[in-house]
Amino acid sequence: MTGEQDHGRTTATHGSRIDAYVDRYAARATGMVASEVRALFAVASRPEVVSLAGGMPYVTALPLDVVGELVADLVARRGPVALQYGSGQGDPHLREQICEVMRLEGIEAGPDDVVVTVGSQQALDLITRIFIDPGDVVLAEGPSYVGALGTFAAYQANVVHVAMDDDGLVPEALAEAIEACARDGRRVKFLYTIPNFQNPAGVTLSAERRRRVLEICRRAGVLVVEDNPYGLLGFDAEPLRALRAEDPDGVVYLGSFSKTLAPGFRVGWALAPHAVRDKLILAMESAVLSHSTFTQLAVGRYLETQPWREQIKAFRELYRERRDAMLDALQNLMPPGCTWTRPAGGFFVWMTVPEGLDSKALLPRAVAARVAFVPGTGFYADGQGARQMRLSFCYPEPDRIKEGVRRLAGVIEQELEVRDLFGTGHGRHRPGVDTPGPDLA
Amino acid sequence: MSSLGHVLVLAGGLSYEREVSLRSGRRVAEVLRSKGVEVETRDTDASLVPSILADPPDAVFVTLHGGSGEDGAIRSVLELLSVPYVGAGPDACRVAYDKPTAKAVVRDWGLRTPDSVTLPKETFHDLGASAVLARIVDRLGLPLFVKPSRGGSALGASIVRKAEELPAAMVGCFAYGDTALIEKYIEGVEVAVSVVDLGDGPVALPPVEIVPDEGVYDYAARYTAGHTEFFAPARLRPEVAESCLAMAVTAHEALGLRDVSRTDIIVDADGNPYFLEVNVAPGMTETSLLPMAAEAADRDLGTLCTRLLEIAASRG
Repeated sequence: MTGEQDHGRTTATHGSRIDAYVDRYAARATGMVASEVRALFAVASRPEVVSLAGGMPYVTALPLDVVGELVADLVARRGPVALQYGSGQGDPHLREQICEVMRLEGIEAGPDDVVVTVGSQQALDLITRIFIDPGDVVLAEGPSYVGALGTFAAYQANVVHVAMDDDGLVPEALAEAIEACARDGRRVKFLYTIPNFQNPAGVTLSAERRRRVLEICRRAGVLVVEDNPYGLLGFDAEPLRALRAEDPDGVVYLGSFSKTLAPGFRVGWALAPHAVRDKLILAMESAVLSHSTFTQLAVGRYLETQPWREQIKAFRELYRERRDAMLDALQNLMPPGCTWTRPAGGFFVWMTVPEGLDSKALLPRAVAARVAFVPGTGFYADGQGARQMRLSFCYPEPDRIKEGVRRLAGVIEQELEVRDLFGTGHGRHRPGVDTPGPDLA
Repeated sequence: MSSLGHVLVLAGGLSYEREVSLRSGRRVAEVLRSKGVEVETRDTDASLVPSILADPPDAVFVTLHGGSGEDGAIRSVLELLSVPYVGAGPDACRVAYDKPTAKAVVRDWGLRTPDSVTLPKETFHDLGASAVLARIVDRLGLPLFVKPSRGGSALGASIVRKAEELPAAMVGCFAYGDTALIEKYIEGVEVAVSVVDLGDGPVALPPVEIVPDEGVYDYAARYTAGHTEFFAPARLRPEVAESCLAMAVTAHEALGLRDVSRTDIIVDADGNPYFLEVNVAPGMTETSLLPMAAEAADRDLGTLCTRLLEIAASRG
């Protein structure tokens, strides 16, 4: 060793990278890194913290004793079937019951066209698997569901966001996005949309726009993937007719019992045109052979023996009270310059903080103040959303929601002071997975 | 077989490093169990004090990072409960955990540490940020390293290469704490030296050199396996390595630390080590530096942790 610029080093040797397979992962695993934001969510799981981050349904409101008896009865009476493999398409009786549920939103369909999946999340995975080659375009609302964006990223899709306003997806923006992709020679495979009480924005696609969105997609030959986990959880009116009800050939509909019953059963479904359905079944079998027969039959028994429509109504009342608590608290406590959506159902409010603030940079201070939210950037594939955050009202009790909003308002006020002090926000972030795990998502 | 009865590993807490702490706690519990030690792991919540009173452990291994785990608070409570624990006492922790104070102490002991200035948010508020920031750049020069005066895992820390980046770095820092330590950034080799005292005085383990793939040892580089290359022992000439080891032992003694510590050092282009900070509850995760140093020294981590607990227990 010579010279003065060697940092006192000896000749290089190979070091350790802890992970022996570091150079062998697929390109799609590149973004899977430890993140500060996820670390902060670890604190949010403590009871001292009011978590406005999680999207967990309030399953405590279910008659758990009844569900317990029903499950015990299922094992006692139908154990050999319930504990056996099932078909790739799902239990036939449950598929009939699913058709009955979908009828509430105007969908007329037969059980043959339904594929039962592990939550609607798996339906999303299967749809993406059968349609997307790396680089293909998926159109999605901006912002969109973080779990969908994760799936699209895993299949190396190129997500193009389409603007929304208070009436949901903007048809003109959709048409423009499709045209722009066509001009650039990019293949749009499908539009992914959550028309009701959208996650994370909380807005609903108006009836008039539903027709226009379908028309635009039909003309362009773009399949519509309608994800509808919250449709039956409207607070103010009867459910709107599903997109699928208007266009059986142009829409794949995704439904779920996660919010109307319980996510622990992991029962969702896809309703698809025949040819798509056949591919979904094959994809399902190659992924997991079959869904859990046990949970399918449990959900089937629940629908058969319990007043499930009344339970959904009870959930609606519960969530409505919590939404009201959140909107009141936001109105009373947030500093000027904050704006937010006013959802007519579902779980989420989407808030925009004043210019110069960055919601991700707010999170550590919020966690120190014992309140958590999800920063907006997680709901975009392209780095937008720095001034936005998702606030969920589904899980904490109304008083806790008010307390959480009070704490958050204090944090935003402090951050405004820091912004004014330094004349800037904090804008440097590493891209990557930066949203909470499923128990908080 | 160890003489220990049952021991308690404390992990979790409410600091920003909760996740890391839980991982450290799992790892320590696992290596202790592999040595036949009866281990219970607990979070720091309202059930902690009653559970310790009901069934006092022989000793406690504190793997709480940041906040009450390192600022002396939890250790004060353990003292109140007369339960022995691994590591420094509350007073030493308080000094070591506050980076500017620790720098001042080790500087008095003759250690080199980057020039710096420490300022609370209020000062910028009272005097106006731009004038103060401009003066900092004039005095310390560029690049700078901005970090919260307390805390770890590089949370809220950033390198400032241009003066116009400083305000955003300050905002990022103040998100994690109310006082900022702004240091002259020394370009060089990052090295961590762990110190253990197994009853015969503090001994430094081999230095571990840290080479993050993207040049910055930030949170992702720290805790994503494969994103950083580690050399243990560090690729340092013997006399440079020796001065790093001596620095870590001196810091351990100067700050009145006990049992275990880890000193983070940067070695400049001329081979001069600079003290950056010291950790009184070093990370024990799969990607942490103390376990790597122990391995480089052919020391079994389980044996090491068991011995540290035995020494703590013998203090009574």
